[in-house]
Amino acid sequence: MLYKPSFAMAALLAVSCGAQAASDADLAAIRSQIDEMKKTYEQRISALEQRLAEAEASARTKPATAAEVRPVAAESPPPVAVAAAAPSSASAFNPEVSLILQGQYVNTKDIPNRSITGFWPNQLDNLRGFSINETELVIGGSIDPYWRGQAIFAVQDDEVGVEEAWFQSLAIGEGVGLKGGRYRSSIGYLNEQHPHAWDFANAPLMYTAMFGPAASFTEDGLQLKWLAPTPVFLEFGSEIGRGANYPGTDSNKNGAGAWALYAHAGDDFGLSNSWRAGLSYLKTSADDRQGDFTDVNGLHAQASFSGNTATWLADVVWKWAPDGNPKYQNFKFQSEYFQRRDDGSLTCSDPAALGNACLEPVSSNYSTRQSGWYAQGVFQFAPEWRAGLRYDQLASGVQNLGINAANLVVQDYRPKRATAMVDYSWSEFSRLRLQYAQDKSTTGITDNQWIVQYIMSLGAHGAHKF
Amino acid sequence: MFRLMTMFLLAMASLPATAALQVFATVPEWGALAREIGGDKVSVFTATTALQDPHRIQARPSLLAQARRANLVVATGADLEIGWLPLVLRDSGNANIQPGRPGYFEAARFVTMLDVPLVLDRSQGDIHAAGNPHIQLDPRNLFRIGEALAARLGELDPPNAPAYQAGYKVFAEKWRTAIARWEREAAPLRGVPALAHHDSFVYLAHWLGFKVTGTLEPKPGLEPTSGQLSSLVAGQQGAPARMVLRTAYQSDGPSLWIAGKAGIPAILLPFTVGGTPEAGDLYGLFDDTVQRMLKGLH
Repeated sequence: MLYKPSFAMAALLAVSCGAQAASDADLAAIRSQIDEMKKTYEQRISALEQRLAEAEASARTKPATAAEVRPVAAESPPPVAVAAAAPSSASAFNPEVSLILQGQYVNTKDIPNRSITGFWPNQLDNLRGFSINETELVIGGSIDPYWRGQAIFAVQDDEVGVEEAWFQSLAIGEGVGLKGGRYRSSIGYLNEQHPHAWDFANAPLMYTAMFGPAASFTEDGLQLKWLAPTPVFLEFGSEIGRGANYPGTDSNKNGAGAWALYAHAGDDFGLSNSWRAGLSYLKTSADDRQGDFTDVNGLHAQASFSGNTATWLADVVWKWAPDGNPKYQNFKFQSEYFQRRDDGSLTCSDPAALGNACLEPVSSNYSTRQSGWYAQGVFQFAPEWRAGLRYDQLASGVQNLGINAANLVVQDYRPKRATAMVDYSWSEFSRLRLQYAQDKSTTGITDNQWIVQYIMSLGAHGAHKF
Repeated sequence: MFRLMTMFLLAMASLPATAALQVFATVPEWGALAREIGGDKVSVFTATTALQDPHRIQARPSLLAQARRANLVVATGADLEIGWLPLVLRDSGNANIQPGRPGYFEAARFVTMLDVPLVLDRSQGDIHAAGNPHIQLDPRNLFRIGEALAARLGELDPPNAPAYQAGYKVFAEKWRTAIARWEREAAPLRGVPALAHHDSFVYLAHWLGFKVTGTLEPKPGLEPTSGQLSSLVAGQQGAPARMVLRTAYQSDGPSLWIAGKAGIPAILLPFTVGGTPEAGDLYGLFDDTVQRMLKGLH
């Protein structure tokens, strides 16, 4: 029914465009066609109007005694009327758009060059006071019956970053899902979640240690996953991609810079409990990954790593809600463990000519085996209120620097952090959070961190993953 | 080995032919309706229970596993399941149940929606652009939905199409008689003013002719506030409500508070199949709804 008017429009367009070429006979034929269409539509519209009038009339003359049966309801109208009455979606053909507003007040110690002791020195945020986080603009929608697309733009002061931009298959079937573009990798549990969906104001220490300040492995590549046709949830996935982000580095080459495999399983225990567990493996490669080290005399030294990194991740999440109704009370427990091996070579140098131990660049073997975990529980004890606790611990583990062990300081340390938070949600779309953490991620420093954070979302609000 | 493989493959290939049509119903009422129409030709999985707020369901792994195997998803639509169903459908890897395909059925498309908002703004709370989605509580809606569902089942499972048509006919006949009985029994409810926890009973009120004069939620989806409750109690001076209604999944606190202050009964209605022990099927749902409301009048 919708196609015909557009056909008429197209016909009109064709008439106007090809007027010179068309003969009078053609024109007359088209005119008569259009007239005919007009007539049939007028008839249909008047039929619909009549039906509407009848419906209104019958509504007004509702039988006063309820004892009468109204057979009108039993008769179903022809499908045309149903289609006309079909509620139109508010978004019509526009994509779903939503905007996430996030900001915070942070009270912490001033630690320039903040990093996690015993781990590859990634420079971490030392932002204090009032600030806004990235403002996220999410645009998504169906592309056609076969594909869906979504993009997330992170807007900061003077730049717009493409956080995610991907397409997803809808029509392959047999449990197969294909995703391509830039996406948050499905390894681990928290990795896929955007900061506005986190239960704490910042990421677990292990995510920062694994993936640097972004605390998530984002990939430009392809993801292929398969959901098994079993009553228990079993999902297997693989990813290949550019691998440009830490612990890999960008390299302009043919082929893939990183690949990943993962498996997820999940189910319910009765009505009130549900769980998901996963195991993931990520292989990345780095070429000249730079980091700021300290030499044995306390001077700054530059180190560069080339080699491969293999990361194993195990995750489990368990959710409880009385009768499976999370509205009034629910509890969520999640925990993840990782183990990572770097294997390659390390070159120590002195680019600033400070006279450190690597005045002459020194290359050595480099291999590490490091691990860490976190566990957290969040309890929603009233519809608006939630409270949560989290504990983080990392182990710097084995760090074998070969002959560079004589030049660079290697710290053996177990970074720890304990976090407590409470948040209040006015509705599903607005949340205010207070968080306190005792952070011992830097050796010799106990940092008492206070964060007040707000998360607001407006526009279409898509569903969150489990 | 080869023989084993062949046998396994043959067994796999013969499975769909013998197995019943797998129906994934988002809420209990559509699961019950599919059973009424499909009988033993369908195998129904119901994703939620009457004790769960249909607005607040999560895309649990178990739901993904069920959606993966479904031949037909029967949803309410009108954004009722927007918080979880789109995600479940997309991640299910099941092409047949995507919106727009025959394996995706939205009940709200076949009824006249009430409370369609003129202005879409979240300052009005969690409103639904397509109108109030709690359509199952006007039993007359089940004729159109049931007929369309029978047709859809037949489209997906052509050999059994006559059985679905017959199933619908039997249901419609019994349903017509039942509606007549409920309307007769519920006649005293006509014009009765009542309060409701949430806009859950708009279609029920439209059908039985009682009036929902206020909701305990200040805006749809927001928790009842003391201010809202006090103003409702104050409003009892003028045109007093005779009862305060809630569903099985809503907390009883606010209802009981109002009931105590205003001296009116707080009534739990099943809202959907399984909401009360008596509401074991669609007939029980309305039997019990009418009986509980009538009891509230005395």
